[in-house]
Amino acid sequence: MEAMQSGLKLAAPPSRLRRMWKNISIIFDSRVGTIGMIMVLFWIVTALVSLFWTPYPPNATDFIQNTPPNIQNLLGTDQLGRDILSRLMQGTQVILLKTRLPWGKAILPGGVAIWGVLGSVTLGAVLGLNAGYRGGWTDQIIMQFLDALIAFPVIVLYLVVIAALGQGDLVVIVAITITGAPGVARLVRSLTLDIKTRDYIRAAETRAETIWYIMFKEILPNARGPLLVDSMLRVGYAIFAIGTLGFLGIGLPPPDPDWGNMVNEARRSIFANPLAVVWPSLAIASLVIGLNLFADGLREELSRYQK
Amino acid sequence: MVDNKASPVLQVKDLAVAYKIRGGEIEAVQDASFVIKRGEAYGIVGESGCGKSTVAWAVLNFLGANGYVKRGQIKFLGQELTQKSKSELRLLRGDQIAMVYQDPMQALNPSMRLGDQMKEVLTIHRGISDAEAEKRCAKMLERVYMPDPVNVMKRYPHQISGGQQQRVVIGMALLNNPALLIMDEPTTALDVTVEAAVLDLIAELRHEYDTAIMYITHNLGVVARVATRVGVMYAGEMVEQGTVEEIFKNPRHPYTQGLMRCVPKLGANKSESILYPIPGRVPPPGNRPAGCMFAPRCDYADNRCQEEHPALRALDNVNVRCHLAEEIDWRQWTPTEDVIAPPAVIAQAAADQPILEAKSLKTYYPVKGSSLKDVLGLGEKRFVKAVEDATFQIKRGKTLGVVGESGCGKSTLVKTIIGLEDSTGGDVKFLGFDITGNLSTRDEQVIKELQMVFQNPDSTMNPTYTVGQQIARPIRRFKTVPNDQVRAEVVNLLETMRLGANYFDRLPRQLSGGEKQRVGIARALASRPDLILCDEPVSALDVSVQAAVLNLLLEIQQKYDTTLVFIAHDLSVVRFFSDEIAVMYLGQIMEIGPAEAIYAPPYHPYTEALLSAVPVPDPTAKQKHIRLQGNVPSAINPPAGCRFHTRCPRRNLLPNGGKICQTEIPPWREPDDEHKIFCHLPTDTLTTFEPVISKEGNG
Repeated sequence: MEAMQSGLKLAAPPSRLRRMWKNISIIFDSRVGTIGMIMVLFWIVTALVSLFWTPYPPNATDFIQNTPPNIQNLLGTDQLGRDILSRLMQGTQVILLKTRLPWGKAILPGGVAIWGVLGSVTLGAVLGLNAGYRGGWTDQIIMQFLDALIAFPVIVLYLVVIAALGQGDLVVIVAITITGAPGVARLVRSLTLDIKTRDYIRAAETRAETIWYIMFKEILPNARGPLLVDSMLRVGYAIFAIGTLGFLGIGLPPPDPDWGNMVNEARRSIFANPLAVVWPSLAIASLVIGLNLFADGLREELSRYQK
Repeated sequence: MVDNKASPVLQVKDLAVAYKIRGGEIEAVQDASFVIKRGEAYGIVGESGCGKSTVAWAVLNFLGANGYVKRGQIKFLGQELTQKSKSELRLLRGDQIAMVYQDPMQALNPSMRLGDQMKEVLTIHRGISDAEAEKRCAKMLERVYMPDPVNVMKRYPHQISGGQQQRVVIGMALLNNPALLIMDEPTTALDVTVEAAVLDLIAELRHEYDTAIMYITHNLGVVARVATRVGVMYAGEMVEQGTVEEIFKNPRHPYTQGLMRCVPKLGANKSESILYPIPGRVPPPGNRPAGCMFAPRCDYADNRCQEEHPALRALDNVNVRCHLAEEIDWRQWTPTEDVIAPPAVIAQAAADQPILEAKSLKTYYPVKGSSLKDVLGLGEKRFVKAVEDATFQIKRGKTLGVVGESGCGKSTLVKTIIGLEDSTGGDVKFLGFDITGNLSTRDEQVIKELQMVFQNPDSTMNPTYTVGQQIARPIRRFKTVPNDQVRAEVVNLLETMRLGANYFDRLPRQLSGGEKQRVGIARALASRPDLILCDEPVSALDVSVQAAVLNLLLEIQQKYDTTLVFIAHDLSVVRFFSDEIAVMYLGQIMEIGPAEAIYAPPYHPYTEALLSAVPVPDPTAKQKHIRLQGNVPSAINPPAGCRFHTRCPRRNLLPNGGKICQTEIPPWREPDDEHKIFCHLPTDTLTTFEPVISKEGNG
């Protein structure tokens, strides 16, 4: 089977674009992965649409408070008389598309969840590579420190970071980075321990390559499969974390809507309008589950193709 | 059971096995027929991907979820196996049909005591009481020459050595006195000396129990030693079949002939004989030619071979699947033009200057203890003495072969030279530079002159980068050529390796094992080194690919005047390839000298034992029968005096049964100028040893 695949691949070197598409299209072999990807794509599209159009201005209190879904407000209104659909749509932006910087109205493309995960993957990879490749004392010190970090309940870590740095999008990113990095570091370390025994690492060492070249050019690219899958899951956790912080009222600052905060606010009138709690909760759940399914499908297919 | 001695145990007829894959199915085995009788060992040989193992799995119906027997019959003692249900087969397996696989560590359950695992075979299939089973197991272990069987049964698999594990597996397979024993490469993972002992055991047990054995291997030497009849498989078909003597004396099928030509005979060397690799590679299932499977690689193929699929037919005493079998005389064969036949004479010029000189080189690894004292650093420091007092030199343009069993320190020696390990003591000079320190202490100029070729083709290349990028890296790193010529240089190297420029953009996963290994060599060559260290570069390759890679190494050695250190466990390959050979045992060089001197008396007793263990691909050759007893001792606490004394079969030639060997380090005997033997036996005694192989084969 392996021989046949290589036989097919030898036919002609496909263009870069074709190769990329071929890499991406493996996800369609997994039903779970396809469903997950559709769920994630749905929210990405929603976020993009919300940049240009929402049914109503999301922060306008134009409607009767706490109405159930109707023709005018498809998902109903909240306790201040705002259109829930518009707010849900707008809520995707800060997670997936933009980060508000503390300087004036400056905006960084890429959502808080995305930057948070990028931060934890970068920090985790650097720590994990050093621990795994250098070994010995370096390994001991890095891993003991990270274990100590893991021992703290996540929510306490969030509170510590926010208490120290105040509120803001960047602070949430820092919080996600710090809480995510130990997990990434553990993963990268275990991958490194395996990869560093391979002969191509010996070959690099006999060329006296620098330790940074070996770690980042020889080892890290071969860890990208599992790392990619892990990152997908982590985006899910990050969205959860943002929701949790929003619910506690210490997450992303107003005025932009944030799903966790929406749940918290609607909670006060939960008996008058229970659906106002359900919608943002569903939004969080569907995006997180979508990412999980996508990651699962990706893992399944990648492990099959790596052979 | 059937009484008749020559009654068939297993009859396989027109067997085809297919695996379902996405979008269709592939026929791994297309046409295999054979019969194995009682007391017969039937060897199946062929390169990887020819469907040898699939045949074995089909007999047991272990084909996995997506495999099935598509056509044909498998009759075991007259019963058709393909029709049997899973539960019926389960009763047969382990009872009447037993199997032994390559890796004993995977066949034994690591969390169960050996005795309990063995007893299961008896208590489950035969309903024998526990106490009785215990007795029988102990008896069987004795039968397979396991020292101290009662004790061994209380141990776990990791507590005994690989050779002993395989003995337990074989013993376990024989407990129920099965009618058929299937062995799939059972000695491939073992050292030669252990392999020899296991092969002896198999032959002995076959006679004693009258079991039918199906023996799968890629090694022609092993087949010659163990089998009575041989089936050669190629691309899912049986292409030739006959008695072992007939096949080796007069191979009829061009594929069998090709296989014979690409293994070096023990004692053959590069200046007298040439290896002829079979061009091309085994066609993958699903992409096989319409006519004769072998036609694209065959020197004799004509139009008929391209179009008409030959059937297996009887010819004299053998069965052969070839249209032209009558006309082909394999003695008349001459290589076609595109086969490389390197000019065999090595240039002698400027060869006197040693390029590498080691004087009593030592490499020790510290062992971490687990007691409190050790953790606090107060415990006694202990070391694995991986290399002890290695003294040798290599002259420019020559090849030093290093042989020895696993764990003898040959890899450590190479790693110390290249600087991946720190040396503990002694002196190494390379081109006049001191290289006792590791890589970080060395000058860039020295680093670039020392490169390495690795064993495992699957891990020698980084899967992320293309072939071109990986070969270019050392060129850029050491600035061997200006930046704008890097690509041309890479293409040049690829062509030297006979790969062609179109390999530049390929990824490692698109290459075969042999191609990966060639890229590995190209990468080592890229910095234009003076010395290349090869750590078992061909041992993971099929024989025909192995021949091609060896030829390439010879070619580059002549072209660039490169010096090579060549490690291998295959003694025929080392002999063929090397000018000088060092034989290592437990970190100590036991014998060193010109290749021809090592392979002829006077021998070091260890060298003699190694040579008599090598499976020779010639069933008529007479080989001395020397088997080492016991295991290789631990390198943490090597035996005092001569390290080999615990296993030496020649010790008793010394007065007092060789007491001196236990206490005193042996002297270097020098029967010849260049030839040194590390032994208490005087040269005169060593010279009286008979040659190990008394009759050379038909090579």
